[in-house]
Amino acid sequence: MKKRFKLTDLDCANCAAKMETAIKKLPGVNDAAVNFMAQKLTVDADDARFDDIMGQIVAVCKKIEPDCVINL
Amino acid sequence: MSKLSKNEQKMLWRILIAAALLIAVRLAVAFWVPDSATSLVVTLAYLVPYAVIGWDVMWRAIRNIAHGQVFDENFLMALATVGAFATGEYAEAVFVMLFYQVGELFQDYAVGKSRASISALMDIRPDYANVEKDGVLTETDPEEVTVGDIIVVKPGERIPLDGVIVEGASALDTAALTGESAPRDVKAGDDILSGCVNQTGLLRIRVAKPYGESTVARILDLVENASEKKAASENFITKFARYYTPCVVLAAVALAFIPPIFVGDFTDWFHRALIFLVISCPCALVISVPLSFFGGIGGASKCGILVKGSSYLEQLAKTSTVVFDKTGTLTKGTFSVTAVHPEEGYTATQLLTSAALAESYSDHPISLSLKGACKEPLDPSRVTDVEEIAGHGVRAKIDGREVCVGNSRLMERESVKWLPCEKPGTIVHVTIGGFYAGHIVISDEVKPDAAAAIADLKANGVKKVVMLTGDTKEVAASVAQTLGVDEFHAELLPADKVDLAEKLLAGKPDGTNLAFVGDGINDAPVLTRADIGIAMGAMGADAAIEAADIVLMDDQPSKIATAMRISRKTLRIVYQNIVFALGVKAVVLVLGALGMANMWLAVFADVGVAFIAILNATRALRVKEFR
Repeated sequence: MKKRFKLTDLDCANCAAKMETAIKKLPGVNDAAVNFMAQKLTVDADDARFDDIMGQIVAVCKKIEPDCVINL
Repeated sequence: MSKLSKNEQKMLWRILIAAALLIAVRLAVAFWVPDSATSLVVTLAYLVPYAVIGWDVMWRAIRNIAHGQVFDENFLMALATVGAFATGEYAEAVFVMLFYQVGELFQDYAVGKSRASISALMDIRPDYANVEKDGVLTETDPEEVTVGDIIVVKPGERIPLDGVIVEGASALDTAALTGESAPRDVKAGDDILSGCVNQTGLLRIRVAKPYGESTVARILDLVENASEKKAASENFITKFARYYTPCVVLAAVALAFIPPIFVGDFTDWFHRALIFLVISCPCALVISVPLSFFGGIGGASKCGILVKGSSYLEQLAKTSTVVFDKTGTLTKGTFSVTAVHPEEGYTATQLLTSAALAESYSDHPISLSLKGACKEPLDPSRVTDVEEIAGHGVRAKIDGREVCVGNSRLMERESVKWLPCEKPGTIVHVTIGGFYAGHIVISDEVKPDAAAAIADLKANGVKKVVMLTGDTKEVAASVAQTLGVDEFHAELLPADKVDLAEKLLAGKPDGTNLAFVGDGINDAPVLTRADIGIAMGAMGADAAIEAADIVLMDDQPSKIATAMRISRKTLRIVYQNIVFALGVKAVVLVLGALGMANMWLAVFADVGVAFIAILNATRALRVKEFR
């Protein structure tokens, strides 16, 4: 399943790249893209565990860029 | 200068206050504080502007270290400035932090501005629709309007949903969809696309599609979800940044501790290492590339070209082969009667009317064009005993006389002697009462800009232009010749097109791309298979638009060359930025290691380069020259 989320306060392009790399490494995530210019996150992950995975994604992003909020 | 956001205003004030404090402290130290004052007092004095400008950087640095983010630019700036403080370079420390914040502010502003200019471009979302029910107008959310409703659009309003005009005539501004500035005249009976602005007259429209399927919703969806596919240069720079920062930081550590072992003078080497830390910040590099692509995509959409991701914009520049599916791309895709050749004893009108009547029950494009060519109204009650013969044509009785309308195979079947025609196109033969009455030529019109489009593609470095079509060889040959196409393949079935595309893909020069231009549902597999799929937007089938990487909103093939030019310009800007940013950083790193650079130069290499790269990137948004 592929879903898109809007990001608020994503202020730094390098953090966006770091977030993308970190999200891609999470188990269950097939693909992910963080678009700094459009302030959007696209996640392609396992259907069954999607909410669980999203929880992990939020945690990972919080670590890298605490100011950035994923609007679930 | 447009308005700053609240946060940006706050930052601006902080910068101004810190700058004023820094000057005050500097002057005070120079003229007022006696030499006898302890360095502690001076340090404390400089700490005031430093705290004003740098507290958030320090805070984020500490917080991120707690999260295990070591090579974070906040941390690097904090470390560099604290180091400068430790070595007694107070003014320099404050100034570096100050300049860093100015750079950040500018970056925010520039990024915000280019974002805003693109969302303004995409400001085609209609807010309401005036639905007419029992003579009363109500403002309704476009999503709640149902198919078949009548909506009224006043002059100056945006068309909220796709539909058909039932009453009224007007000029439409289609610029938001197509980039075309000339207004388009529409009248009752015309199809109308959402997103256009009604300029002159009142229009009553019958809604044909729900909001979600209307043009405007589809375009917004395309644009908002663009650029998931990142360009190779974009990936390169983020990957580069991943290694760049740790490497430079390690180099800084080495610089601080190894040379002093041999030559001594720890403070000097430590100071050189701090310069490395300032230069090691990756953001300037990382921001300028996506910003350029974003600008390029935005600029292209100003011209009515929707690009679904930066990688396609990048690949377009390397296109060597362009394959067109003829109908709907190079030709209009609407068939019309181009010649009527009656035999002796029959008139052109008689021939056309008979053919149109016999075909009057069919919705086939050929039947429609026959009907369209008849000037007088047709009376279907004259037609009886209609019999469709698949792959051949139609046999029917008109006013009791037998009429056969169809291709040469039908004539063979009816054992009628038929005459070939010298004109290219679909030939419709007609017999009346068992005798050959003549034939009608139906063909597709070539788009007015098609020949120029192909010449322009060649001028832009495309080596081979290929045309594929399901049409007959004669038609294909004549179109290919008028347009200057290098190669054509005719009488293809949809599956053949995929095979041919595969062959062409295998045959193209290495390192170049093949673009396929199509509009039909059956083109979707090839659009996906090609390196770059280009769909015609206004007329194209939804499936084709879905499968394509680039959509041309106004269906003009000449826009492909425009897109290539925008692609080249964007790439040029991207490369300029990469080379410039890396070059300056490399030079300053070398100078820093040799002790020939100071922190002021380093902070320029970081923030100043970002500043210039961003300014350069915003050029990608400007496309006036291409329109």
